[in-house]
Amino acid sequence: MIGREVALAAAGLVALFVGLSVVVLSLVWLERKFLGRLQGRIGPMRVGPFGLLQPVADAVKLILKEDVVPAWADKGLFWIAPILMFVPSFMVWVTIPFSRDLVIRNLDMGLFYFIAVSVVSVVGLVMAGWSSASKYAILGGLRSAAQLVSYEIPVIMAVLGVVMLAGSMNLLTVVDKQASVPYILVQPLGLAVFLIAGVAEVGRTPFDIYPAESEIVGGPFVEYSGAHWAIFFLAEYINTFVVALLVTLLFLGGWQWPHLPGVWAPVVVLVKTYLVVMVIFWFRATFPRLRIDQLMAFGWQVLIPLSFVNIVLTGIQLYYRWPSWSLSLMSLGIILAMAYWQYRTQTAPAQALARSYSQRAYSQRRGA
Amino acid sequence: MPEGYAINWTVVVLAAAVGVLAVAFMFAVAALMAPRRPSAAKAMPYESGIPPAPYPWAQLSIRYYIFAIFFLVFDVEAVFLFPWAMVFLKSAPPVFYEMLIFIGVLLFGIVYGWRKGALRWR
Repeated sequence: MIGREVALAAAGLVALFVGLSVVVLSLVWLERKFLGRLQGRIGPMRVGPFGLLQPVADAVKLILKEDVVPAWADKGLFWIAPILMFVPSFMVWVTIPFSRDLVIRNLDMGLFYFIAVSVVSVVGLVMAGWSSASKYAILGGLRSAAQLVSYEIPVIMAVLGVVMLAGSMNLLTVVDKQASVPYILVQPLGLAVFLIAGVAEVGRTPFDIYPAESEIVGGPFVEYSGAHWAIFFLAEYINTFVVALLVTLLFLGGWQWPHLPGVWAPVVVLVKTYLVVMVIFWFRATFPRLRIDQLMAFGWQVLIPLSFVNIVLTGIQLYYRWPSWSLSLMSLGIILAMAYWQYRTQTAPAQALARSYSQRAYSQRRGA
Repeated sequence: MPEGYAINWTVVVLAAAVGVLAVAFMFAVAALMAPRRPSAAKAMPYESGIPPAPYPWAQLSIRYYIFAIFFLVFDVEAVFLFPWAMVFLKSAPPVFYEMLIFIGVLLFGIVYGWRKGALRWR
Protein backbone atom coordinates (compact mmCIF):
# COMPACT_ATOMS: atom_id res chain seq x y z
CA MET A 1 0.00 0.00 0.00
CA ILE A 2 2.66 2.48 1.10
CA GLY A 3 4.96 1.23 -1.62
CA ARG A 4 2.36 1.83 -4.29
CA GLU A 5 1.61 5.38 -3.14
CA VAL A 6 5.30 6.23 -2.97
CA ALA A 7 5.94 4.75 -6.42
CA LEU A 8 3.04 6.81 -7.76
CA ALA A 9 4.48 9.93 -6.17
CA ALA A 10 7.91 9.16 -7.64
CA ALA A 11 6.41 8.88 -11.13
CA GLY A 12 4.60 12.17 -10.48
CA LEU A 13 7.85 13.85 -9.45
CA VAL A 14 9.65 12.78 -12.61
CA ALA A 15 6.71 13.98 -14.72
CA LEU A 16 6.78 17.20 -12.72
CA PHE A 17 10.44 17.77 -13.55
CA VAL A 18 9.76 17.34 -17.26
CA GLY A 19 6.72 19.62 -17.02
CA LEU A 20 8.67 22.26 -15.15
CA SER A 21 11.40 22.22 -17.79
CA VAL A 22 8.78 22.89 -20.47
CA VAL A 23 7.26 25.65 -18.32
CA VAL A 24 10.67 27.28 -17.90
CA LEU A 25 11.30 27.17 -21.66
CA SER A 26 7.89 28.74 -22.27
CA LEU A 27 8.58 31.42 -19.65
CA VAL A 28 11.92 32.34 -21.22
CA TRP A 29 10.28 32.69 -24.62
CA LEU A 30 7.34 34.62 -23.19
CA GLU A 31 9.58 36.98 -21.26
CA ARG A 32 11.77 37.82 -24.23
CA LYS A 33 8.83 38.19 -26.59
CA PHE A 34 6.65 40.21 -24.21
CA LEU A 35 9.53 42.41 -23.10
CA GLY A 36 10.40 42.99 -26.74
CA ARG A 37 6.85 44.11 -27.51
CA LEU A 38 6.81 46.41 -24.48
CA GLN A 39 10.02 48.02 -25.70
CA GLY A 40 8.85 48.39 -29.30
CA ARG A 41 10.89 45.45 -30.62
CA ILE A 42 9.69 42.09 -31.91
CA GLY A 43 11.90 39.85 -29.79
CA PRO A 44 13.45 36.57 -30.97
CA MET A 45 12.34 35.61 -34.51
CA ARG A 46 15.09 33.48 -36.08
CA VAL A 47 14.95 30.07 -34.41
CA GLY A 48 11.69 28.31 -35.25
CA PRO A 49 8.34 29.97 -35.97
CA PHE A 50 8.00 33.19 -33.90
CA GLY A 51 11.31 32.30 -32.28
CA LEU A 52 9.62 29.50 -30.38
CA LEU A 53 12.73 27.31 -30.39
CA GLN A 54 14.99 30.09 -29.10
CA PRO A 55 14.93 28.89 -25.45
CA VAL A 56 15.69 25.33 -26.62
CA ALA A 57 18.69 26.62 -28.55
CA ASP A 58 19.78 28.59 -25.47
CA ALA A 59 19.50 25.50 -23.27
CA VAL A 60 21.55 23.38 -25.68
CA LYS A 61 24.15 26.12 -25.89
CA LEU A 62 24.41 26.33 -22.10
CA ILE A 63 24.95 22.59 -21.74
CA LEU A 64 27.61 22.60 -24.45
CA LYS A 65 29.61 25.45 -22.91
CA GLU A 66 32.73 24.82 -20.91
CA ASP A 67 32.10 24.71 -17.16
CA VAL A 68 34.89 26.84 -15.70
CA VAL A 69 35.75 26.53 -12.01
CA PRO A 70 37.90 29.47 -10.91
CA ALA A 71 41.27 28.58 -9.42
CA TRP A 72 40.72 30.35 -6.10
CA ALA A 73 37.21 29.06 -5.57
CA ASP A 74 36.22 26.82 -2.68
CA LYS A 75 35.53 23.96 -5.06
CA GLY A 76 33.20 21.87 -2.91
CA LEU A 77 30.89 24.75 -2.04
CA PHE A 78 31.10 26.02 -5.60
CA TRP A 79 29.75 22.69 -6.85
CA ILE A 80 27.03 22.30 -4.22
CA ALA A 81 25.63 25.85 -4.41
CA PRO A 82 23.49 25.41 -7.58
CA ILE A 83 22.08 22.17 -6.19
CA LEU A 84 21.17 23.88 -2.93
CA MET A 85 19.38 26.58 -4.88
CA PHE A 86 17.56 24.24 -7.25
CA VAL A 87 16.45 21.45 -4.91
CA PRO A 88 14.27 23.62 -2.60
CA SER A 89 12.59 25.24 -5.59
CA PHE A 90 11.74 21.74 -6.80
CA MET A 91 10.74 20.34 -3.39
CA VAL A 92 8.15 23.08 -2.98
CA TRP A 93 6.15 21.45 -5.76
CA VAL A 94 5.31 18.39 -3.68
CA THR A 95 2.30 20.16 -2.25
CA ILE A 96 1.31 22.71 -4.90
CA PRO A 97 -1.94 21.64 -6.63
CA PHE A 98 -3.03 22.31 -10.21
CA SER A 99 -6.51 21.01 -9.47
CA ARG A 100 -8.25 19.02 -6.75
CA ASP A 101 -6.65 15.76 -7.93
CA LEU A 102 -3.54 17.01 -9.73
CA VAL A 103 -1.23 17.26 -6.73
CA ILE A 104 1.58 14.97 -5.67
CA ARG A 105 0.88 14.94 -1.92
CA ASN A 106 -1.66 17.22 -0.34
CA LEU A 107 0.10 18.15 2.92
CA ASP A 108 -2.00 19.55 5.76
CA MET A 109 0.81 21.97 6.56
CA GLY A 110 1.21 22.84 2.88
CA LEU A 111 1.77 26.57 3.24
CA PHE A 112 4.07 26.15 6.22
CA TYR A 113 6.04 23.57 4.25
CA PHE A 114 6.32 25.99 1.33
CA ILE A 115 7.74 28.73 3.55
CA ALA A 116 10.09 26.38 5.39
CA VAL A 117 11.54 24.85 2.23
CA SER A 118 11.72 27.90 0.00
CA VAL A 119 13.90 29.81 2.49
CA VAL A 120 16.70 27.27 2.04
CA SER A 121 17.60 28.60 -1.41
CA VAL A 122 19.04 31.72 0.26
CA VAL A 123 21.82 29.48 1.58
CA GLY A 124 22.56 28.37 -1.97
CA LEU A 125 22.92 31.97 -3.14
CA VAL A 126 25.15 33.02 -0.27
CA MET A 127 27.24 29.89 -0.76
CA ALA A 128 27.59 30.61 -4.49
CA GLY A 129 28.77 34.14 -3.79
CA TRP A 130 31.12 33.22 -0.97
CA SER A 131 32.74 30.24 -2.66
CA SER A 132 33.43 32.04 -5.96
CA ALA A 133 36.26 34.06 -4.36
CA SER A 134 35.51 37.04 -6.56
CA LYS A 135 34.74 40.37 -4.93
CA TYR A 136 31.66 40.94 -7.05
CA ALA A 137 30.35 37.51 -6.18
CA ILE A 138 30.92 37.93 -2.44
CA LEU A 139 29.19 41.31 -2.46
CA GLY A 140 26.33 39.77 -4.44
CA GLY A 141 26.05 36.83 -2.07
CA LEU A 142 25.83 39.09 0.97
CA ARG A 143 23.36 41.39 -0.74
CA SER A 144 21.20 38.41 -1.59
CA ALA A 145 21.31 37.33 2.05
CA ALA A 146 20.24 40.77 3.25
CA GLN A 147 17.53 41.16 0.60
CA LEU A 148 15.97 37.70 0.66
CA VAL A 149 16.01 37.57 4.44
CA SER A 150 14.28 40.96 4.69
CA TYR A 151 11.58 40.18 2.14
CA GLU A 152 10.94 36.73 3.55
CA ILE A 153 9.05 38.26 6.48
CA PRO A 154 6.37 40.04 4.39
CA VAL A 155 5.90 36.83 2.39
CA ILE A 156 5.37 34.83 5.58
CA MET A 157 2.98 37.43 7.00
CA ALA A 158 0.94 37.70 3.81
CA VAL A 159 0.59 33.90 3.73
CA LEU A 160 -0.41 34.05 7.38
CA GLY A 161 -3.24 36.43 6.52
CA VAL A 162 -4.61 33.88 4.07
CA VAL A 163 -4.20 31.10 6.64
CA MET A 164 -6.27 33.14 9.08
CA LEU A 165 -9.04 33.70 6.53
CA ALA A 166 -9.16 30.06 5.46
CA GLY A 167 -8.49 28.60 8.91
CA SER A 168 -6.22 26.06 7.25
CA MET A 169 -2.72 25.67 5.86
CA ASN A 170 -3.88 23.07 3.37
CA LEU A 171 -3.77 24.54 -0.15
CA LEU A 172 -6.83 22.56 -1.31
CA THR A 173 -8.89 23.95 1.56
CA VAL A 174 -7.61 27.46 0.89
CA VAL A 175 -8.80 27.26 -2.71
CA ASP A 176 -12.12 25.63 -1.75
CA LYS A 177 -12.85 28.47 0.68
CA GLN A 178 -12.63 30.91 -2.24
CA ALA A 179 -15.50 29.26 -4.10
CA SER A 180 -17.76 32.30 -3.77
CA VAL A 181 -15.34 35.19 -3.19
CA PRO A 182 -11.64 35.08 -4.09
CA TYR A 183 -9.37 36.55 -1.43
CA ILE A 184 -8.18 39.32 -3.75
CA LEU A 185 -11.50 41.03 -2.98
CA VAL A 186 -11.36 40.29 0.75
CA GLN A 187 -7.74 41.12 1.35
CA PRO A 188 -6.22 43.24 -1.44
CA LEU A 189 -3.54 44.44 0.97
CA GLY A 190 -2.35 40.86 1.47
CA LEU A 191 -2.13 40.36 -2.29
CA ALA A 192 -0.13 43.57 -2.76
CA VAL A 193 2.32 42.63 0.00
CA PHE A 194 2.66 39.05 -1.23
CA LEU A 195 3.21 39.98 -4.88
CA ILE A 196 5.76 42.71 -4.19
CA ALA A 197 7.67 40.65 -1.62
CA GLY A 198 7.44 37.58 -3.85
CA VAL A 199 8.99 39.43 -6.78
CA ALA A 200 11.74 40.59 -4.41
CA GLU A 201 12.24 37.01 -3.20
CA VAL A 202 12.98 35.79 -6.72
CA GLY A 203 15.17 38.84 -7.41
CA ARG A 204 13.33 40.09 -10.47
CA THR A 205 13.87 43.49 -11.90
CA PRO A 206 12.81 46.28 -9.63
CA PHE A 207 14.47 44.24 -6.87
CA ASP A 208 17.43 42.67 -8.69
CA ILE A 209 19.95 44.14 -6.28
CA TYR A 210 22.04 41.02 -5.87
CA PRO A 211 22.54 40.05 -9.54
CA ALA A 212 22.64 43.75 -10.56
CA GLU A 213 24.55 43.56 -13.86
CA SER A 214 25.52 47.21 -14.03
CA GLU A 215 26.97 47.32 -10.51
CA ILE A 216 28.30 43.91 -9.54
CA VAL A 217 28.17 42.19 -12.97
CA GLY A 218 25.85 39.34 -12.02
CA GLY A 219 26.51 39.05 -8.28
CA PRO A 220 26.73 35.47 -7.02
CA PHE A 221 26.63 34.14 -10.60
CA VAL A 222 29.72 35.98 -11.92
CA GLU A 223 31.98 32.95 -11.90
CA TYR A 224 29.40 30.39 -13.01
CA SER A 225 29.20 29.12 -16.57
CA GLY A 226 27.82 26.21 -18.54
CA ALA A 227 25.68 23.64 -16.75
CA HIS A 228 26.16 25.19 -13.29
CA TRP A 229 24.82 28.50 -14.48
CA ALA A 230 21.97 26.72 -16.28
CA ILE A 231 20.83 25.26 -12.95
CA PHE A 232 20.68 28.71 -11.35
CA PHE A 233 18.74 29.96 -14.33
CA LEU A 234 16.29 27.06 -14.10
CA ALA A 235 15.78 27.62 -10.37
CA GLU A 236 15.14 31.32 -10.88
CA TYR A 237 12.42 30.78 -13.44
CA ILE A 238 10.83 27.96 -11.43
CA ASN A 239 10.72 30.29 -8.42
CA THR A 240 9.08 33.01 -10.50
CA PHE A 241 6.47 30.51 -11.61
CA VAL A 242 5.91 29.37 -8.02
CA VAL A 243 5.26 32.92 -6.89
CA ALA A 244 2.77 33.49 -9.69
CA LEU A 245 1.07 30.16 -9.02
CA LEU A 246 0.78 30.92 -5.32
CA VAL A 247 -0.73 34.30 -6.08
CA THR A 248 -3.27 32.40 -8.18
CA LEU A 249 -4.01 29.81 -5.51
CA LEU A 250 -4.03 32.11 -2.48
CA PHE A 251 -5.73 35.19 -3.87
CA LEU A 252 -7.25 34.59 -7.30
CA GLY A 253 -9.32 31.55 -6.40
CA GLY A 254 -7.14 28.87 -7.99
CA TRP A 255 -9.16 26.69 -10.33
CA GLN A 256 -12.48 28.33 -9.47
CA TRP A 257 -14.26 29.91 -12.41
CA PRO A 258 -18.01 30.36 -12.66
CA HIS A 259 -19.93 27.89 -14.88
CA LEU A 260 -16.92 25.85 -15.93
CA PRO A 261 -16.83 22.06 -15.47
CA GLY A 262 -14.09 20.58 -13.31
CA VAL A 263 -12.20 19.21 -16.31
CA TRP A 264 -10.94 22.69 -17.07
CA ALA A 265 -9.38 23.19 -13.62
CA PRO A 266 -5.68 22.90 -14.66
CA VAL A 267 -6.30 25.15 -17.67
CA VAL A 268 -7.89 27.83 -15.49
CA VAL A 269 -4.97 27.66 -13.06
CA LEU A 270 -2.43 27.90 -15.88
CA VAL A 271 -4.18 30.82 -17.58
CA LYS A 272 -4.37 32.77 -14.33
CA THR A 273 -0.77 31.94 -13.47
CA TYR A 274 0.57 33.04 -16.85
CA LEU A 275 -1.34 36.30 -16.52
CA VAL A 276 0.31 36.91 -13.15
CA VAL A 277 3.69 35.98 -14.66
CA MET A 278 3.11 38.56 -17.38
CA VAL A 279 2.41 41.18 -14.73
CA ILE A 280 5.76 40.30 -13.16
CA PHE A 281 7.47 40.67 -16.57
CA TRP A 282 5.62 43.95 -17.01
CA PHE A 283 7.22 45.20 -13.75
CA ARG A 284 10.55 44.50 -15.38
CA ALA A 285 9.75 46.68 -18.36
CA THR A 286 8.34 49.50 -16.24
CA PHE A 287 10.42 50.05 -13.13
CA PRO A 288 14.12 50.87 -12.82
CA ARG A 289 16.16 48.98 -10.25
CA LEU A 290 16.02 50.26 -6.68
CA ARG A 291 19.17 51.30 -4.88
CA ILE A 292 20.09 48.99 -2.02
CA ASP A 293 19.25 51.57 0.66
CA GLN A 294 15.86 52.15 -0.98
CA LEU A 295 15.33 48.41 -1.11
CA MET A 296 16.02 47.86 2.57
CA ALA A 297 14.03 50.93 3.59
CA PHE A 298 11.06 49.81 1.51
CA GLY A 299 11.18 46.31 2.97
CA TRP A 300 11.54 47.23 6.64
CA GLN A 301 9.68 50.52 6.83
CA VAL A 302 6.83 49.88 4.38
CA LEU A 303 6.23 46.21 3.63
CA ILE A 304 6.80 44.69 7.07
CA PRO A 305 4.63 47.19 8.99
CA LEU A 306 1.99 46.82 6.25
CA SER A 307 2.01 43.06 6.55
CA PHE A 308 1.50 43.32 10.32
CA VAL A 309 -1.33 45.78 9.83
CA ASN A 310 -2.86 43.26 7.43
CA ILE A 311 -2.73 40.49 10.03
CA VAL A 312 -4.16 42.64 12.82
CA LEU A 313 -7.00 43.91 10.63
CA THR A 314 -7.82 40.40 9.46
CA GLY A 315 -7.75 39.15 13.04
CA ILE A 316 -10.06 41.90 14.26
CA GLN A 317 -12.50 41.40 11.39
CA LEU A 318 -12.65 37.64 11.96
CA TYR A 319 -12.76 37.83 15.74
CA TYR A 320 -15.53 40.40 16.03
CA ARG A 321 -17.36 38.87 13.05
CA TRP A 322 -17.53 42.10 11.09
CA PRO A 323 -18.85 41.67 7.54
CA SER A 324 -16.06 40.73 5.14
CA TRP A 325 -16.50 43.84 2.98
CA SER A 326 -15.30 45.90 5.94
CA LEU A 327 -11.92 44.17 5.62
CA SER A 328 -11.88 44.87 1.88
CA LEU A 329 -12.53 48.55 2.50
CA MET A 330 -9.88 48.83 5.23
CA SER A 331 -7.35 47.00 3.03
CA LEU A 332 -8.03 49.20 0.02
CA GLY A 333 -7.90 52.36 2.11
CA ILE A 334 -4.51 51.42 3.52
CA ILE A 335 -3.15 50.53 0.08
CA LEU A 336 -4.24 53.88 -1.32
CA ALA A 337 -2.91 55.86 1.65
CA MET A 338 0.42 54.02 1.50
CA ALA A 339 0.72 54.45 -2.28
CA TYR A 340 0.06 58.18 -1.97
CA TRP A 341 2.57 58.55 0.88
CA GLN A 342 5.22 56.63 -1.05
CA TYR A 343 4.54 58.69 -4.16
CA ARG A 344 4.93 61.92 -2.21
CA THR A 345 8.09 60.93 -0.36
CA GLN A 346 9.80 59.25 -3.32
CA THR A 347 9.13 61.99 -5.86
CA ALA A 348 9.60 64.95 -3.50
CA PRO A 349 13.32 65.52 -4.24
CA ALA A 350 12.82 65.32 -8.00
CA GLN A 351 9.85 67.66 -7.86
CA ALA A 352 11.72 70.19 -5.73
CA LEU A 353 14.56 70.09 -8.26
CA ALA A 354 12.16 70.59 -11.16
CA ARG A 355 10.56 73.55 -9.38
CA SER A 356 13.91 75.20 -8.74
CA TYR A 357 14.90 74.78 -12.40
CA SER A 358 11.67 76.24 -13.72
CA GLN A 359 11.97 79.19 -11.34
CA ARG A 360 15.51 79.84 -12.45
CA ALA A 361 14.52 79.67 -16.11
CA TYR A 362 11.67 82.09 -15.41
CA SER A 363 13.87 84.64 -13.63
CA GLN A 364 16.51 84.37 -16.37
CA ARG A 365 13.94 85.13 -19.03
CA ARG A 366 12.75 88.09 -17.02
CA GLY A 367 16.29 89.38 -16.66
CA ALA A 368 16.95 89.16 -20.40
CA MET B 1 -2.85 9.00 10.36
CA PRO B 2 0.77 7.90 11.11
CA GLU B 3 0.79 6.00 7.84
CA GLY B 4 -0.26 9.14 5.95
CA TYR B 5 2.53 11.08 7.62
CA ALA B 6 5.04 8.39 6.73
CA ILE B 7 4.02 8.55 3.06
CA ASN B 8 4.01 12.37 3.04
CA TRP B 9 7.49 12.77 4.42
CA THR B 10 8.84 9.88 2.34
CA VAL B 11 7.59 11.75 -0.70
CA VAL B 12 9.23 14.96 0.49
CA VAL B 13 12.58 13.20 0.87
CA LEU B 14 11.98 11.58 -2.51
CA ALA B 15 11.42 15.00 -4.05
CA ALA B 16 14.79 16.14 -2.73
CA ALA B 17 16.37 13.01 -4.19
CA VAL B 18 14.73 13.52 -7.59
CA GLY B 19 15.89 17.14 -7.58
CA VAL B 20 19.49 16.15 -6.82
CA LEU B 21 19.37 13.39 -9.44
CA ALA B 22 18.02 15.75 -12.08
CA VAL B 23 20.84 18.21 -11.42
CA ALA B 24 23.38 15.39 -11.39
CA PHE B 25 22.02 14.20 -14.73
CA MET B 26 22.47 17.65 -16.25
CA PHE B 27 25.99 17.90 -14.86
CA ALA B 28 26.80 14.46 -16.25
CA VAL B 29 25.52 15.34 -19.72
CA ALA B 30 27.47 18.59 -19.63
CA ALA B 31 30.63 16.82 -18.45
CA LEU B 32 30.35 14.38 -21.36
CA MET B 33 29.58 16.94 -24.06
CA ALA B 34 31.14 20.24 -23.02
CA PRO B 35 34.70 21.05 -24.07
CA ARG B 36 37.37 21.32 -21.35
CA ARG B 37 40.43 23.42 -22.09
CA PRO B 38 41.58 24.92 -18.79
CA SER B 39 44.10 27.73 -18.72
CA ALA B 40 45.51 29.89 -15.95
CA ALA B 41 43.96 33.09 -17.33
CA LYS B 42 40.55 31.48 -17.64
CA ALA B 43 40.61 30.27 -14.05
CA MET B 44 41.27 33.73 -12.64
CA PRO B 45 38.32 35.33 -10.82
CA TYR B 46 36.59 37.85 -13.07
CA GLU B 47 36.93 41.37 -11.76
CA SER B 48 36.30 43.37 -14.92
CA GLY B 49 39.70 42.66 -16.42
CA ILE B 50 41.82 44.04 -13.59
CA PRO B 51 44.13 41.40 -12.06
CA PRO B 52 42.42 40.54 -8.75
CA ALA B 53 44.00 41.38 -5.40
CA PRO B 54 45.10 38.22 -3.60
CA TYR B 55 42.65 37.80 -0.73
CA PRO B 56 38.98 38.01 -1.73
CA TRP B 57 37.40 37.22 1.66
CA ALA B 58 38.05 40.67 3.06
CA GLN B 59 36.40 42.19 6.11
CA LEU B 60 32.77 43.06 5.46
CA SER B 61 30.36 45.64 6.77
CA ILE B 62 28.46 44.90 10.00
CA ARG B 63 25.13 46.02 8.53
CA TYR B 64 24.45 42.60 6.99
CA TYR B 65 24.73 41.14 10.49
CA ILE B 66 22.22 43.60 11.95
CA PHE B 67 19.60 42.64 9.37
CA ALA B 68 20.25 38.95 9.97
CA ILE B 69 19.49 39.46 13.67
CA PHE B 70 16.29 41.35 12.87
CA PHE B 71 15.25 38.51 10.58
CA LEU B 72 15.89 35.92 13.28
CA VAL B 73 13.52 37.72 15.67
CA PHE B 74 10.72 37.91 13.13
CA ASP B 75 11.20 34.42 11.80
CA VAL B 76 10.98 32.85 15.25
CA GLU B 77 7.87 34.90 15.82
CA ALA B 78 6.32 33.42 12.65
CA VAL B 79 6.63 29.99 14.23
CA PHE B 80 4.33 31.21 17.03
CA LEU B 81 1.94 33.01 14.71
CA PHE B 82 1.07 30.07 12.47
CA PRO B 83 -0.41 27.79 15.15
CA TRP B 84 -2.21 30.81 16.57
CA ALA B 85 -3.76 31.62 13.18
CA MET B 86 -5.21 28.12 13.04
CA VAL B 87 -6.91 28.17 16.46
CA PHE B 88 -7.60 31.76 17.52
CA LEU B 89 -11.24 31.67 16.40
CA LYS B 90 -11.96 28.49 18.34
CA SER B 91 -10.18 29.32 21.61
CA ALA B 92 -10.89 31.52 24.61
CA PRO B 93 -10.75 35.32 24.19
CA PRO B 94 -7.35 35.80 25.93
CA VAL B 95 -5.64 33.92 23.08
CA PHE B 96 -6.63 36.61 20.60
CA TYR B 97 -5.64 39.56 22.80
CA GLU B 98 -2.37 37.96 23.86
CA MET B 99 -1.29 37.71 20.24
CA LEU B 100 -2.26 41.34 19.63
CA ILE B 101 -0.02 42.32 22.55
CA PHE B 102 2.77 40.13 21.16
CA ILE B 103 2.51 41.77 17.74
CA GLY B 104 2.43 45.15 19.46
CA VAL B 105 5.70 44.37 21.26
CA LEU B 106 7.29 43.34 17.96
CA LEU B 107 6.09 46.47 16.20
CA PHE B 108 7.51 48.51 19.07
CA GLY B 109 10.82 46.75 18.40
CA ILE B 110 10.69 47.80 14.74
CA VAL B 111 9.83 51.39 15.63
CA TYR B 112 12.66 51.46 18.18
CA GLY B 113 15.14 50.15 15.63
CA TRP B 114 13.82 52.63 13.10
CA ARG B 115 14.29 55.59 15.47
CA LYS B 116 17.76 54.38 16.38
CA GLY B 117 18.64 54.24 12.67
CA ALA B 118 19.31 50.50 12.66
CA LEU B 119 17.01 50.02 9.67
CA ARG B 120 18.83 52.59 7.58
CA TRP B 121 21.36 51.25 5.07
CA ARG B 122 24.53 53.30 5.39
